[in-house]
Amino acid sequence: MELSGGDILVRFLKDEGVEHIFGYPGGAVLHIYDALYKQDDVKHILVRHEQGATHAADGYARATGKPGVVLVTSGPGATNAVTGIATAYMDSIPMVVITGQVPRAVIGSDAFQEVDSVGITRPCVKHNFLVNDVSELAATLKKAFYVATTGRPGPVVVDIPKDVTDPNVKVPYTYPETVEMRSYNPVVKGHPGQIKKAVDMIVAAKRPMIYTGGGVVLGNASAELTEFVRLLGYPITQTLMGLGSYPATDQQYVGMLGMHGTYEANMAMHECDTLIAIGARFDDRVTGKIAEFCPSAKIIHIDIDPASISKTVRVDVPIVGDVSAVLTDMIGQVKAGKARPDQSALGQWWEQIEKWRGEDCLGYDRNSPLIKPQFVIEKLWEVTGGDAIVASDVGQHQMFAAQYYKFDKPNKWLNSGGLGTMGFGLPAGLGAKLAYPDQDVAVVTGEASIQMCIQELGTATQYDLPVKVINLNNRYMGMVRQWQQFFYESRYSHSYMDAIPDFVKLAESYGHVGMLIDKPEDVEGALREAFAMKDRLVFMDFITDQEENVYPMIAAGKGQHEMHLHSDNERELA
Amino acid sequence: MLRHIISLLLENESGALSRVAGLFSARGYNIESLTVAPTEDETLSRMTIVTTGSDEIIEQITKQLNKLIDVVKLVDLTEGRHIEREMMLIKVATNGSDQREELMRLADIFRGNIIDVTDASYTIELTGESEKLDAFIDTLAKMNILETVRSGVMGISRGEKGLHL
Ligand SMILES: Cc1cc2nc3c(=O)[nH]c(=O)nc-3n(C[C@H](O)[C@H](O)[C@H](O)COP(=O)(O)OP(=O)(O)OC[C@H]3O[C@@H](n4cnc5c(N)ncnc54)[C@H](O)[C@@H]3O)c2cc1C
Ligand SMILES: Cc1ncc(C[n+]2csc(CCOP(=O)(O)OP(=O)(O)O)c2C)c(N)n1
Ligand SMILES: [Mg+2]
Repeated sequence: MELSGGDILVRFLKDEGVEHIFGYPGGAVLHIYDALYKQDDVKHILVRHEQGATHAADGYARATGKPGVVLVTSGPGATNAVTGIATAYMDSIPMVVITGQVPRAVIGSDAFQEVDSVGITRPCVKHNFLVNDVSELAATLKKAFYVATTGRPGPVVVDIPKDVTDPNVKVPYTYPETVEMRSYNPVVKGHPGQIKKAVDMIVAAKRPMIYTGGGVVLGNASAELTEFVRLLGYPITQTLMGLGSYPATDQQYVGMLGMHGTYEANMAMHECDTLIAIGARFDDRVTGKIAEFCPSAKIIHIDIDPASISKTVRVDVPIVGDVSAVLTDMIGQVKAGKARPDQSALGQWWEQIEKWRGEDCLGYDRNSPLIKPQFVIEKLWEVTGGDAIVASDVGQHQMFAAQYYKFDKPNKWLNSGGLGTMGFGLPAGLGAKLAYPDQDVAVVTGEASIQMCIQELGTATQYDLPVKVINLNNRYMGMVRQWQQFFYESRYSHSYMDAIPDFVKLAESYGHVGMLIDKPEDVEGALREAFAMKDRLVFMDFITDQEENVYPMIAAGKGQHEMHLHSDNERELA
Repeated sequence: MLRHIISLLLENESGALSRVAGLFSARGYNIESLTVAPTEDETLSRMTIVTTGSDEIIEQITKQLNKLIDVVKLVDLTEGRHIEREMMLIKVATNGSDQREELMRLADIFRGNIIDVTDASYTIELTGESEKLDAFIDTLAKMNILETVRSGVMGISRGEKGLHL
């Protein structure tokens, strides 16, 4: 079959099993858009801004585990996409971003809408390609999907000069079933010797701690993790990126760890003698001051990316491999071996952990006359039966969602952890809703974050994507204000935003339902009403306590055990 | 802070060099020198990077390099017995026959070749370990050096084992 570059691209996407792409047209991709027009296998979602396209594709990927696909034009189309590419890169999300480029003959001449997309995106992609010839197009696209979705996943950019998609230049096309890359062979199986060493250490532990991260979600290893944790009876904590891969309502779960993690999780980390890190990357929001991180622990680290291992914290037993494969081997060895965890030591350890848990570090003032953001999230959890997909923006509301929405399943919590990109929530939620039209999707956001990609309310109207927006409106860039309160003697420099729009009217102007909720007693009813409107996007503007802070908190650069709990510690912090 | 010589086989593709260079600048690693040229296999280039860092940093450097899709193979030559060489072309002003004699003698001692001669200058080609080239420059301290060009270090392991596919 002889096809033009544009037709090859679209045909390839279909053959690759891509159902939806998120994009925005422009000169350099017009041949491709013409090819899209001629078919309806691959559905195109027209966003309002290229950043929205990348976040929507990213949310789609986080919710489904399949790669998100983006199509944008050259120059400003590509630069607008960069934030979303970097967001996906930091959280290892599989994504393929196709950028148009000026024709080959004028590359390098500062042609109209020319930027060096390969150069600009190089530091924030897993890999990128410039397609030099239409005959290489299909093979290059295949490589892009292969690289994006295997090993440690990540975004891949394919930059395609306009003349490569010329409708008059046709070449033979067959779908490349296989792909061969001599320099790219991700490891899957863990080293048996290392696994044995680790298992011996794990069963001999007196104060064990399991610390898991986004790698368990990415590696689709929830079932294996749950079996492993239950088999051992050990406490487990998860990073912000790992939430849901082990059920949060389970007794063995001690909550999230890190800067805004629970007291019990951070103290157990600090006091443990054996740390089992699984698909987590020892981020500085988790470790705090490295010198005081897990001072008495031997550390085992399972990760598919060797570069994640011993990057910030030296580990004793590194295991390079896929979480699911390695955990399966470990479960087998624990079961087959004779050694069993020391139940009396474990009993004492749990007793200690329960004492820490007894501090009730997530307690807050339930009698406040103002709407507490924590309360809204608790009610959201109740009203949605704990089973909604929750896409979040960045700030205090993100932390409240992570702390108070108890995720029992993976791929339900979509947030930008590594880059912390405000503007992520709404488009990511739309991407997830597109993938799962029958599931509840809540977008938890703040009045500052939502304004960064608010134009995507239009996309929601056009494609009928009825998510529920939970705007925790504190009339502050709350997270910034909190830091200014603690570390800059409450000098609130530019963290208050005047002229906040009337969100109810704004939502209505896009054809959605708007609700304003300003009394605690109305919170639950409003949520129930909103979620009952299955086919409407409801924008819920919750007027919350303006100066609520996120607790617990470990100040940047402090040790895990130097936590501040509740607001009575505020003076001490400042 | 030890000095390491890291040798890579790299896909011979446009952009591969910037991926390596970009990695070093983005992550703040040192580069003392970097050389790259094609090999007998036209699809591959061979790169030699001289860098310094603690053991932890060197470990990260090799891991991050290995992670680049264009890097096919990598070896830290300083982990085993190896030979390193650098070439220098150095142009020196010659002032009278005494100096010309002296320069010829020095070039000879260092096993250099005079590859270009004018009434007022000699250009000398010299190969060896970097320290030898440094030493030669030091020896010329009192003379008027017009220009120096150094290739950067290349390295190869000793013995019959080699870095190939
Ligand atoms: C305002 C704000 C506050 C934050 N506060 C906190 C906080 O209190 N606590 C917290 O935890 N985070 C917090 N974060 C997030 C933090 O910045 C990091 O994004 C997060 O801690 C990283 O999570 P992770 O270690 O699970 O790594 P991820 O970024 O999810 O990385 C996944 C790791 O798993 C590996 N991996 C991927 N696939 C596989 C596989 N198949 N098999 C094996 N390994 C695999 C990868 O190589 C990588 O090392 C905050 C972020 C923001 C914006
Ligand atoms: C694009 C971007 N710019 C700036 C920041 C820094 N930042 C982090 S949280 C925050 C405030 C968020 O305010 P809001 O959305 O109202 O959430 P709140 O903290 O009030 O819940 C800012 C400005 C960021 N994370 N992303
Ligand atoms: Mg706010």
